[in-house]
Amino acid sequence: MTPRRKRLFVVLGILGGVAASVSLAVMASRENIMFYYDPSQVALGKAPLAKRFRIGGMVVKGSVARKPGDLQVRFVLTDFAHEVPVEYTGVLPDLFREGQGIIAHGTMDSHGAFVADEVLAKHDEKYMPPEVAASLKNKPAAGAAAVKPTS
Amino acid sequence: MAPELGIFALILAFILSLSQAFFGLTGAWRGKPVWMAVARPAVTGQFVFVVMAFACLVYSFVNNDFSVLYVARNSNSQLPLFYKVAALWGAHEGSLLLWILILSIWSLAVAAFSRALPLTFSSRVLGVMGLISSGFMLFTLWTSSPFLRLIPAAPDGADLNPVLQDFALAIHPPMLYTGYVGFSVAFAFACAAMLEGRLDQTWAKWTRPWTIFAWLFQTIGIALGSWWAYYELGWGGWWFWDPVENASFMPWLAGTALIHSLSVTEKRGIFKSWTLLLAIFAFSLSLVGTFLVRSGVLVSVHSFATDPTRGLYILAFLVLTIGGSLTLYAWRAPKLYAPGGFELFSREFFLLVNNVILAAVAALVLWGTLSPLVYELLGVGKISVGPPVFAVMFLVPMLPLMVFMAIGMHSVWRRGKLTATAKPLWWLACAAILLSLGVQGLVFGELHWLGLLGFSFGFWIIFSALLEPLRRLRQKQTLTAALLGMCIAHLGVGMFAIGASGVESYKIEKDVSLKPGGSFRIAGYDFKFVSAANVRGPNYDAVQAEVQVTRGGKPVTLLEPQKRHFWVQQTANSKAAISVNWARDLFVAMGDPLGDNAWSMRIQYKPLVRYIWLGAIVMALGGLIAATDRRYRVKVPAAAPGLVTPPDSRAELGSA
Repeated sequence: MTPRRKRLFVVLGILGGVAASVSLAVMASRENIMFYYDPSQVALGKAPLAKRFRIGGMVVKGSVARKPGDLQVRFVLTDFAHEVPVEYTGVLPDLFREGQGIIAHGTMDSHGAFVADEVLAKHDEKYMPPEVAASLKNKPAAGAAAVKPTS
Repeated sequence: MAPELGIFALILAFILSLSQAFFGLTGAWRGKPVWMAVARPAVTGQFVFVVMAFACLVYSFVNNDFSVLYVARNSNSQLPLFYKVAALWGAHEGSLLLWILILSIWSLAVAAFSRALPLTFSSRVLGVMGLISSGFMLFTLWTSSPFLRLIPAAPDGADLNPVLQDFALAIHPPMLYTGYVGFSVAFAFACAAMLEGRLDQTWAKWTRPWTIFAWLFQTIGIALGSWWAYYELGWGGWWFWDPVENASFMPWLAGTALIHSLSVTEKRGIFKSWTLLLAIFAFSLSLVGTFLVRSGVLVSVHSFATDPTRGLYILAFLVLTIGGSLTLYAWRAPKLYAPGGFELFSREFFLLVNNVILAAVAALVLWGTLSPLVYELLGVGKISVGPPVFAVMFLVPMLPLMVFMAIGMHSVWRRGKLTATAKPLWWLACAAILLSLGVQGLVFGELHWLGLLGFSFGFWIIFSALLEPLRRLRQKQTLTAALLGMCIAHLGVGMFAIGASGVESYKIEKDVSLKPGGSFRIAGYDFKFVSAANVRGPNYDAVQAEVQVTRGGKPVTLLEPQKRHFWVQQTANSKAAISVNWARDLFVAMGDPLGDNAWSMRIQYKPLVRYIWLGAIVMALGGLIAATDRRYRVKVPAAAPGLVTPPDSRAELGSA
């Protein structure tokens, strides 16, 4: 084999490897990319029933409830147009509180409640996840103060 | 007074950096030594004024000058002194000033240690660095001045975000930025070489130590960030594939590839244009990272204040830098073609594989990070790419890379055969697999495919890295710093592989509800919640739990996690308590009071997790040792323009 052909062979081999790993990644990601829906979309039945997705909104004031001593917590998420009840079992993030914008990962159960396996509240208490801010902004009834972007 | 002085100093520094760029570049272009002579003093002057501006801001922070808007937003009179200083880079404006300070330190270092280089070359390097610093200073002065006044002054400050009040995070940004910014040196060297139209092996020799230094700081910076996220965010994870983490990881991957390809360019004079491209990419990815973090286009736990003007400016700067350097590349790189062959399984081949794989991983991570943006722009929907996707994209290419690494360390230049030292490599591979099975069976009592792969490859790499240094020690042969550094850095990779695969395979994470007196068992350890009490810190109140850990009735440790409540920002922050030893971490973080005296607690068992960061430190140490190799010390101003050192054709070990 001439050096030229050998190098060509090497480069082709490596390109093949890269292509294989890329397609592998794409295949893997199809299972693991999660779409975002806001409470209105969920309430209107646009969110998938079987697949995991993300939901974001404000935690309705006074909605956080749990049985004393129990790890399971329920609260209601709103985008000021529709509300969705959420269930979560585990330790909530430090910055989780009522009136705060949060994002939850999980699936819908058969009773129309969202069962979260992960709840995210961001570092900055004034921080509103952009998706949440956008879905709140599109609702006319939204309180202006609540939608104010971070400063 | 101090903030005005600061602004004034920054403007002067900006003017000096402009003149550094102008005289450095045009002086070299027109061949005017007098003009070129301006570049060095301009660097020194710029450094002095940047330090002055920085000192002014430190002064305002230390003296609680809440008439400065940035201080009022990010500090507080009750904040401990150490964090008052660290608060300087706790938000956007100040961290930019830190970026500028670090860039001016790098510029000063380049100016000081480049006297032996040809004058036109060194002034071009300084000129390009002047362009970069003037871009960042203009950005700061225009959109993000930390010196703005607040009238009337605030009675007290809004305090530093509690999660940032932490030692590791205080030193994480300076380290990371030193790495990010350090790649600008390699970038400037690449641009200067392209402007010069000359790129020989001496060029690679000059560039290598700078690149290695930048890389090692970035390695430490990323490790610190990971360690911080692990114990401070209270989740117990060490890597989240968050956009901001990816933003620091991509330039690291490109920089790692660059270090390896530079060694080929230095030793064999080939891979030239690829090396240039990597130098451009490493710095461009640093800028992309800045853009992603600062513009708020991507959701991230680190999102600073978002501001469209800032995003636009960085985007424009990004387009100019990447576009400009790539245009230069398209114009000049074809001239740099150097013929030179190499055999399959020669050292060049292994380094080529290293480069292709690292570049592919960087591209995949970039794709994963940006795809939410693409999806949204296409109107398909709002998506997020979860950690499992990144894990696959990272792991799949890493496995062959580790095999190539273990073998490649023993390859020779040009010829496709391994050194005699490599003979035990194959039975060492078997030994590594057996050891891995043994550790899994005896220590963890359970086989896990990820653990099997990670341990086997990790042990094999460690064995392979030790072979050559041990042989040379035994035969009393000299061991160059470059070879030793390479082996140590690869040893660190092995440690990292063992740590990462170990913790991912055998970690146990439980969220539980515990009342005083109650206990919970994981991995044979009993965690008993003894009591909770109120304690008081310098700027917070806290509830502190006493958790007694026993194993088989014998006391192991007492853990005291806290749930802190910071007075000023009225935010809660849980401080995890961690028991560390060489084999495992035991981790307890407090959640919330659940009523009825119970608390939610996060209890975790993290075997081998320390080897992740230890591995990173060892990698950086290897870099440090390699960078001190005598070969890189440019002593005499020998290299007059046009002088090319003859290609080094010796089949020499120890330069990768």
